[in-house]
Amino acid sequence: MTAVTPEKAPSLRPPADGVGELTIVPHRRPWRLVTGLAALVLSAQFLHGLAVNPGWDWPTFRTFVFSDSILRAVGVTLQLTAYGTVLGFALGAVIAALRLSGSPILRTIAWTYVWAFRSIPLIVQLVFWFNLAYLYRRIGIGIPFGPSFVSFGTMDLLGALGAAVLGLALHQAAYAAEIIRGGVLAVDAGQLEAAAALGIPRFRQAWRIVLPQAMRGILPNAANEVISLFKGTSIVYVMAIGELFYQVQVIYGRTGRVVPLLMVATVWYVLLTTALSLVQYWVERYFARGSERHAPPTPWQRLRAAVTEIKEKRA
Amino acid sequence: MSGDGTTAMVEVRGVHKRFGRLEVLRGIDLDVRPGTVTVVLGPSGSGKSTLLRAVNHLEKLDQGYVRVDGELIGYRRVGDKLRELPEREVLKQRTRLGFVFQNFNLFPHLTVLENLVEAPVGALGVPKDKARARALELLERVGLADKAAEYPRRLSGGQQQRVAIARALALEPKVLLFDEPTSALDPELVGEVLDVIKDLARTGTTMIVVTHEIGFAREVADTVVFMDGGVVVEQGAPARVLDDPQHERTRAFLAKVL
Repeated sequence: MTAVTPEKAPSLRPPADGVGELTIVPHRRPWRLVTGLAALVLSAQFLHGLAVNPGWDWPTFRTFVFSDSILRAVGVTLQLTAYGTVLGFALGAVIAALRLSGSPILRTIAWTYVWAFRSIPLIVQLVFWFNLAYLYRRIGIGIPFGPSFVSFGTMDLLGALGAAVLGLALHQAAYAAEIIRGGVLAVDAGQLEAAAALGIPRFRQAWRIVLPQAMRGILPNAANEVISLFKGTSIVYVMAIGELFYQVQVIYGRTGRVVPLLMVATVWYVLLTTALSLVQYWVERYFARGSERHAPPTPWQRLRAAVTEIKEKRA
Repeated sequence: MSGDGTTAMVEVRGVHKRFGRLEVLRGIDLDVRPGTVTVVLGPSGSGKSTLLRAVNHLEKLDQGYVRVDGELIGYRRVGDKLRELPEREVLKQRTRLGFVFQNFNLFPHLTVLENLVEAPVGALGVPKDKARARALELLERVGLADKAAEYPRRLSGGQQQRVAIARALALEPKVLLFDEPTSALDPELVGEVLDVIKDLARTGTTMIVVTHEIGFAREVADTVVFMDGGVVVEQGAPARVLDDPQHERTRAFLAKVL
């Protein structure tokens, strides 16, 4: 760079050609308007169809959507989801810990578990657990390869619902383990080092320092898994368990009204998935504390800010 | 065992450390007297950070030993062997050594106060209210009492490092270890961190500081250690090592950084 003397310094005033005084106009996008309108028309057509097409048979929908048998079936679906989630993630956490442990034997066992349960289709597993009594008539606790002290009939221990929960939880655990492991690996190694340098005991390091930070990476994937499990429970209809999808099939088998009853199931699945998504939003927000300089506003805060802005503009 | 001012607070003897085929430490001997400041200088890759990490057993040793206040760190003598201690014991020993990292490594999901309270409560079992009171005192000392409820990421780098120093002090350690405490900071923030360390030096805290700040070494150090290629090339009073170095390697390094 060469030194510029004050006399030679370029003038900061706009040139005298008048360009500096012209109005600035943003680029126009006429196609946005056209495509937007087209989308609106198509959406209106679809909604109109929902309302007037007699095939949807809304009176039948209304009869069944809050009927006792459907509500009970929704309960079973929620129960299967809850058990599958809690047991699956608890076992998944253990497997993730094994995979991250220093012992090659434990690491291999955990790896094999994940490999096996991700390889076998869920529906095959479910039918297999349902037929466990064929392989093992009785299950006992005792000395390995030796005598057992107590034993139970497999069918008493594991009814159809038990077999379904077992299958869902074992399947879920394989995926949960990988999600948890991924979250833990994403935590900066310096965090563990700092905790170790401060002499914080091992369990507390994991519980207070690593897990809360890992949760940020775990949560979006875990929520995906819970939602997919929630809908995936419909697969246990193969075991004749009265969850939502099975119950709907029973009813339309009897009445022949397939479409409105499928809508009953659809509406329940959509409603509950929406509820789960809301829970996800708030839990994620909780674990994001400290991660950014300023916490992003909640949707409620955003709405209020928008309303205030409009009011101020009017005033 | 110590405290008479003649025995070393930190005693490093014949320490070797290898990473695969690379020998990072090749026989280090070092004594740090209680209440003194030792500044370790050297080009990057000379092994100074590894040495510091070896002192609180963040690195295992291949040979040699480290003693702090007469106690072997990370090992226990069994006959003619040094057997590594179980992790629980090592963690207990580390509560007597404060470590300050180049990248601060504050816990981002905990507030400043929670960062300072975590180790005294979790590792030493200090009652919470007592740990809090002590933490607030320490924040006062590093000039950040008003940031107690803040999350670390909302602070500047210099403030974060001052919190990290307070966090290390919360365990009331016998020795403070600093691993390039100002290397991750913008130039205008270096001074505030060095001021805190200088203040600690005046109050007689035993410290080992790995740094590139020659001016700081000249002003604060009782002993300057120059390392290169995994060995201590020379050590002594700052005036001697910095102004009248005896070795060609020291001269070459100082010529580059001054």
